[in-house]
Amino acid sequence: MSLFKHITEKPWERPGVIGGPDPETAFDAAPERVALVIFLVVASVIFSLLTVSYYVRMELPDWTPLSEPAQLWLNTGLLFVSSVLFQWARNLVTDDQQKYLMAAFVGAGVFAVLFIVGQLAAWNSLQSAGHFVASNPATSFFYLLTGLHALHLLGGLWVWSKSLIRLLSGCEVQDLRLSIELCTLYWHFLLIVWLVMFAILSNT
Amino acid sequence: MSYVPLADQAQELHHPQSWVTRYVWSQDHKVIAIQYGGTAILVGIVALVLSLLMRMQLGFPESFDLIDPSSYYQAVTMHGMIMVIYLLTALFLGGFGNYLIPLMCGARDMVFPFLNMLSYWVYLLSVLILMASFFVPGGPTGGGWTLYPPQVSMAGTPGSDWGIVLMLLSLAVFIVAFTMGGLNYVTTILQARCRGLTMMRLPLTVWGIFIATILGLFAFPALLVAAIMMLLDTLLGTSFFMPAIIESGSPLDYNGGSPILFQHLFWFFGHPEVYIVALPAFGLVSDVLSTHARKNIFGYRMMVWAIIAIGGLSFVVWAHHMYVSGMNPYFGFFFATTTLIIAVPTALKVYNWVLTLWEGDIRMNVPMYFAIGFIFTFIHGGLTGLFLGNVVIDMPLSDTYFVVAHFHMVMGVSPVLVLFAALYHWYPLVSGRMYHEGLAKAHFWFTFLGTYAIYLPMHYLGFLGVPRRYYALGSTDFIPASAQDLNAAITIAALIVGAAQLLFFINIFWSLKHGKKAGSNPWGSASLEWQTPDTPPIHGNWGDELPTVYRWPYDYSVPGAHADFIPQNTPESEEPTADEQHFDPDHDPSMADL
Ligand code: HEM
Ligand SMILES: [Cu+2]
Repeated sequence: MSLFKHITEKPWERPGVIGGPDPETAFDAAPERVALVIFLVVASVIFSLLTVSYYVRMELPDWTPLSEPAQLWLNTGLLFVSSVLFQWARNLVTDDQQKYLMAAFVGAGVFAVLFIVGQLAAWNSLQSAGHFVASNPATSFFYLLTGLHALHLLGGLWVWSKSLIRLLSGCEVQDLRLSIELCTLYWHFLLIVWLVMFAILSNT
Repeated sequence: MSYVPLADQAQELHHPQSWVTRYVWSQDHKVIAIQYGGTAILVGIVALVLSLLMRMQLGFPESFDLIDPSSYYQAVTMHGMIMVIYLLTALFLGGFGNYLIPLMCGARDMVFPFLNMLSYWVYLLSVLILMASFFVPGGPTGGGWTLYPPQVSMAGTPGSDWGIVLMLLSLAVFIVAFTMGGLNYVTTILQARCRGLTMMRLPLTVWGIFIATILGLFAFPALLVAAIMMLLDTLLGTSFFMPAIIESGSPLDYNGGSPILFQHLFWFFGHPEVYIVALPAFGLVSDVLSTHARKNIFGYRMMVWAIIAIGGLSFVVWAHHMYVSGMNPYFGFFFATTTLIIAVPTALKVYNWVLTLWEGDIRMNVPMYFAIGFIFTFIHGGLTGLFLGNVVIDMPLSDTYFVVAHFHMVMGVSPVLVLFAALYHWYPLVSGRMYHEGLAKAHFWFTFLGTYAIYLPMHYLGFLGVPRRYYALGSTDFIPASAQDLNAAITIAALIVGAAQLLFFINIFWSLKHGKKAGSNPWGSASLEWQTPDTPPIHGNWGDELPTVYRWPYDYSVPGAHADFIPQNTPESEEPTADEQHFDPDHDPSMADL
């Protein structure tokens, strides 16, 4: 859709059906995909505002940089594998190959769960090192950012588990195609958000 | 899988089985709209009563034991927050958005009906959490609707333990509800319009709601982030916003947080929020004016562009609320400039409304009264905004009654007048009956004249330097004793206006049973929502076949046409004659009543 072309149209001049015989849609995509993309923009706004707040708060004198646990590198790997498996599952449904689909789809979710467990382990090791939520703004932000990111992932896992139940109960694979595509998109998004956050956290 | 356009897919309408699925757990956008609207109006009444309590205290200090300084602050805070968020935002988007979007788009329902239902129930939850704060120890928060830290969490502020927590929680829940609804509105408008209905053939109502929803989706995250961080400050003792502070001689556990950061986040949400309320009002009023003036809206494309421009600009003016918070003077200069620039598209809309009336075949129906009333109040509020947008003028006026007068004219009274215009205008569609004309006109005059009696004097009080959010004036040198007489007069006006709203409620309930049958299109409106096979529209809206749109929604008084309007779904070949349209101005049911 060319926005500019649309909003310069002169509606009073062209009576009759315009735009062909089809119903009017702005994008040639399922409504679920459109809604998800809009939601991703909303989520980006949330994480961007947190990032801005992070940098603003960092300038104040009581900030003590936190050295993040090495565990995070492992977790990053787990999330990356999860994303790759989703992409694989997506490619499989696109080619209508069912052989490894279950493995890829289940594996993707399992690795995401492992990521969250890993994040909890990181929280644990920080706590045992005496870094609590309120100890210092740097740690507060660490818990806040990782926590919100994990919450988003949990929301994704909820959708994933619903699709998994449908897959296990033997539904037509093509019926799940949209869900798998959208999960994949969401996971890539959360991977990117995590990479950016991880970069910011470990560089400051 | 090849993509099948939404409106062509086999409709899996969820058909309600029992009374409960039909009216309680309903997924029908029209029922959800009424649930949203009803809930919003109910909390709105709470907020109205709170404001009358405050006015009694201000007008007649020391005559009411019930109101002490603490409960006054709590009333101010809850009044403001409820009005802005839980009434106006919910009623315009959840109420009117839900009702009108699918009908005006020629769709059977929202694209995600289940999510839509969920949105309402989550909204109700947020309202209940908020109302619960009246009953917890310490009562609701009294920190002002802006919730500025650190004051809002200090022991001296009422509700600093439970009240503020419930407020923040309720806001977070509201934002979740809004996001679910908002994704639905935007996706429906983008993807589910009927055949022939291009974006530029949408009524301005849909445009206003569309852009306002996008603003909400981008602005509410700022409030969400701020609310979460402040919750952590309050509950877990973090210091995102709380600076090092000494309370009654002993230092608190906070250190180094930035209250200004909160203000930036709050107003990054807060200014767009005023347009989240204003843009749907702009849209609705445009359609009401055009229909009752029997004339196409003047400058349709400019109206759309102005809505988009205002939406964009509203994200770069937020710090005009913070001139007195201490900021770099260059920032002040920047934000003053953007604030004045946003007045340009706003003024353009006002001119276009007036020009729509120019030489129109105006029918002075009740919605038209309210719509014209809106033009008056909005011009007044907008002009004082221009003054406040300048740093040097704002400095002395900030936090005085002048600001109270400004924002009540512009975002209190004006959207409320549009709400009434819209409620009267679409009442025949929703209920199938006409309202009582005489009661409705009385309601208008009390409300319209009354608001001037209330808010005009407030400008003057502001010039005198009367501060806002004060429980009592006390004795000051710069405020003459006569200010108190003015306050008493304002209170009397406020009580009258408050009582006059009963006329509205009596009218809509009485007319449900006793109003005249409205017929299918009592205003002779060209837009799609009036062209459904049944009035009120039933589940699924369009019977067997979705409509096809051949023209824009403003074909009124088209030269050469037989009737003075041509509905959007009338093909060129079949432009109807007057009697085919069942519309006869001499038998306009709304005219017959007086
Ligand atoms: C020409 C357009 C407008 C301009 C130039 C303008 C300017 C301003 C300025 C500068 C302030 C800050 C005053 C102060 O705190 O000292 C203000 C406050 C306010 N304005 Fe506007 N405004 C405009 C339109 C609107 C609209 C359309 C709405 C709502 C629909 C609105 C709602 C408010 C509210 C609620 C406040 C008070 C906020 C508070 O509690 O501090 N304004 N306006
Ligand atoms: Cu503003």
